[in-house]
Amino acid sequence: MKSLHHFGGKALPEILTKEYPGRLFVIEGADGSGRSTQIQLLGGWLESRGFAVKHMGIKRSTLVSNELAKAQQGNILTRTTLSLFYATDFFDQLVNEMLPALRAGLVVLADRYIYTLMARDVVRGTDRAWVRNLYSPAIIPDAVLYLKVSTSQLVERNFHKKSTLDYWESGMDLGLSRDMFDSFTKYQRMLQLEFRHLQKEFGFDVVNANRGIDAVQKELRRRFEELLPKTD
Amino acid sequence: MPDQERKYPGKLVAVEGLDGSGKSTQIYLVKRWLETLRCRVYFTEWNSSLLVKKSTSKGKKRNLLTPTTFSLIHATDFADRYERQILPLLRAGYIVLADRYFYTALARDTVRGCDPAWVEKMYSFAGPPDFLFYFNVPLEVSLARILEGRPALKYHEAGLDMGWSTDPYESFRIFQGKIRDQYEKMRDRFSFISIDATQGIPTQQTIVRAHLEKAMDLSKFRLSRRSAL
Repeated sequence: MKSLHHFGGKALPEILTKEYPGRLFVIEGADGSGRSTQIQLLGGWLESRGFAVKHMGIKRSTLVSNELAKAQQGNILTRTTLSLFYATDFFDQLVNEMLPALRAGLVVLADRYIYTLMARDVVRGTDRAWVRNLYSPAIIPDAVLYLKVSTSQLVERNFHKKSTLDYWESGMDLGLSRDMFDSFTKYQRMLQLEFRHLQKEFGFDVVNANRGIDAVQKELRRRFEELLPKTD
Repeated sequence: MPDQERKYPGKLVAVEGLDGSGKSTQIYLVKRWLETLRCRVYFTEWNSSLLVKKSTSKGKKRNLLTPTTFSLIHATDFADRYERQILPLLRAGYIVLADRYFYTALARDTVRGCDPAWVEKMYSFAGPPDFLFYFNVPLEVSLARILEGRPALKYHEAGLDMGWSTDPYESFRIFQGKIRDQYEKMRDRFSFISIDATQGIPTQQTIVRAHLEKAMDLSKFRLSRRSAL
């Protein structure tokens, strides 16, 4: 039986058994990197192979997601509060949804994980060591694939999708520039730089996502395939 | 937190102690005293950020909170109050009075099974108080004060989420006993100013006031005439 591992410190008090036959796969990447499309395709592929799938993401907890969204609209959250709000949302899903799913043998597909949360916090000036501690009880995924896309591609895909740039995805709250396009480019570069740090530290795999949907999907399936529980 | 930010002209006074130790009464009396001296004073209470309140009460009402999320939601509440009120006011030269500080979280979260080192680091963005009064009371005394009128104990307040007992009063007793053990451990690690909370209210208040008066020049915190109006 597979056992759960976390990044550091004591295990969460909510972890009661050692038996977690499920798998945790994480897809990381900026908005416009094709994350959601790829995850959707992966979900279909897994289900067709007979695996039950549980989706997880950011700002999806029943506990704080509404309040977090509301507070963001008014942009009244300070750095640490924002960081802890996101951590609450994350651990609420981890404890109440992810752990039961892993215990029941499901494949959990996470649309971003602690890496995005940590990168966002650090570019906002939060202490790296503090953020590492915050997420240290999180479960170490079976695989993390980071969809890397050039900034110019990101801009193009974001405009293609919504014909406008998102306030938060442009990092407007950082005050890098009053110009949204300028801010978006700067913010995304900062995040990419932070992801490079994270990649070195946590050793996750980078997937070139500048390619077409099918090519990327093929690579993702190839990488996850060998990690799936064996079926008879 | 960079040391620079900790060099503020204000003073932070915090009180800690078991439910029923009388700490809230004492900090309220300190507030009244400082107000009559016309000092710049601000009072803040545990778990009172308006921003986070909705999530906390939703979680508590529906029993959605587990030890980890209970810990995090209270840290979020504290961070909001700390960054938007406590720290700016300290920098503006206020005496900030806090009814409970992060030691409450350390005690409760540890009892609920969270890693104490994790919790302590999580709260490291906040500096320690300048004065930390601990109202020390034997368990039986505080329990008697709280349970006298057989009040309706709230689910988390009674520690019912821990499953120690299905009887709220019994669960509360166990919970408070464990919290007290944690406070006892912290007394040595942090500089708690311990007050014997079995004494009469005015006696305790005299001790607290004397301590504060001796340690700081209250005239520095007087409101200027112009802001009196």
